[in-house]
Amino acid sequence: MSERWISIFLDSFWKILWPGLRLTIPLTAISFVLALIIAVITALIQFADLKVLKQIARLYVWIIRGTPVLVQLFVVFYGLPNVGILLDPFPAAVIVFSLNEGAYASETVRAALESVPKGQIEAGYCVGMSWLQIIRRIVLPQALRTAFPPLSNSLIGLLKETSLAANITVAEMFMSTQRIVARTYEPLLLYLEVGLIYLIFCTILTRLQRMGEKRLQTYGRSK
Amino acid sequence: MEEASEMLQVRGLQKSFGGTQVLRGIDLDIHRGDVVAVLGPSGSGKTTLLRCLNFLETAEAGTYILDGETFQLGRVTKRQIAQIRRKTAFVFQNFNLFSNRTALQNVTEGLIVARRIPRAEANEKGRRLLDKVGLSERYDYYPDQLSGGQQQRVAIARALATDPEIIFFDEPTSALDPELIGEVLQVMRQLAYEGMTMIVVTHEIAFARQVSGKVIFMEEGRVVESGNSAELFAAPRHARTKAFLRTLQEHGDFLQQEAEQKEDE
Repeated sequence: MSERWISIFLDSFWKILWPGLRLTIPLTAISFVLALIIAVITALIQFADLKVLKQIARLYVWIIRGTPVLVQLFVVFYGLPNVGILLDPFPAAVIVFSLNEGAYASETVRAALESVPKGQIEAGYCVGMSWLQIIRRIVLPQALRTAFPPLSNSLIGLLKETSLAANITVAEMFMSTQRIVARTYEPLLLYLEVGLIYLIFCTILTRLQRMGEKRLQTYGRSK
Repeated sequence: MEEASEMLQVRGLQKSFGGTQVLRGIDLDIHRGDVVAVLGPSGSGKTTLLRCLNFLETAEAGTYILDGETFQLGRVTKRQIAQIRRKTAFVFQNFNLFSNRTALQNVTEGLIVARRIPRAEANEKGRRLLDKVGLSERYDYYPDQLSGGQQQRVAIARALATDPEIIFFDEPTSALDPELIGEVLQVMRQLAYEGMTMIVVTHEIAFARQVSGKVIFMEEGRVVESGNSAELFAAPRHARTKAFLRTLQEHGDFLQQEAEQKEDE
């Protein structure tokens, strides 16, 4: 029995890890980069208090945060074909995860923008800088530094959340595991195994976060 | 109507915050090279006035004549504000240095980004200005590695970088520990000596008395009394000015006594 377990475990390790490297990681990485771009734009629109755009940004954050990702995945992948929009599973997942993560991350970035002392913005105006120059050179660098730990947290959350993409036929790690379970009838072993691989991925991300934080230590403290 | 030496003239400046009028028609006449101390109890509108003069707050009405150019307050465009700020500089109570920039970068930021001066040239000027305020050893320090007095001196160097015609100081020593006030006042005294036009909102009565040629006393959004500082301190005409100066005097005496007591112990 135990020998069979070991051999199944070893056989399936690569079979689970490979879709992880080929799909889970790219899905996470691409979605997160897009989410960051969406988040910064959404946060800046609110920070700048742009009248109409601000309302749209709030609406977006409200809808996304108020509905489950799983529902969003189903709407985009199974629902949109009804109105003639047919998407492949992977791009559909990228769209949903980046929009979803973007909404959450925008709140993190917005709070970080607000945390930069207003006086520095005034000082920027006084030396002749424009709003955009002040944002780009003074406010955003400080805000992103503040937002780094919570955003790393979101990244780790997103990595695990991508397992939901199995529901729209993206053959990522979790779906691959389900397929092996269907062949071998060893759910306990295999689901623990895929859990272990997620844990390894997340551990690596946690390490990277710690290294990043050390690098980004508050200005000058290292001196 | 102006003589060549007229730097900044303000007539009837008004400002309210949500229905409360904070400045009720301020007139100012600042000549080139003037060092003007603005005194008054807290809530008198001194800081708001200074912020209006640099358009950090928007005054609703009045006339603003800077270096011969006239602007109607309340109808000043963004472009005009940018134009005005090329000639002015502001030093804040809380320094407001850019936290993500070194001392030198704080000084050069405006030169490189706003004035588009080549980096090498800006750096050279930045170092010269930091030397001038006594911070030759601190070019590459970040604000959080500097003392309050050092930060304020960097802020003054930053203000000087764009070669302003006039510098507004908003209680530049109020956020400083007592032992750090002297080094900042020393730099300001030097600027005054070199002929820089300065408007200084301050509680430093000694500075106002020794350095400023002119004093403006404000209360409840109005200029109560203004004039030559030696005369105003020696013989204030208005009852409110007298009362205010007496309070400051007593407070100063109290601090002095306390310091002497400490020395005795």
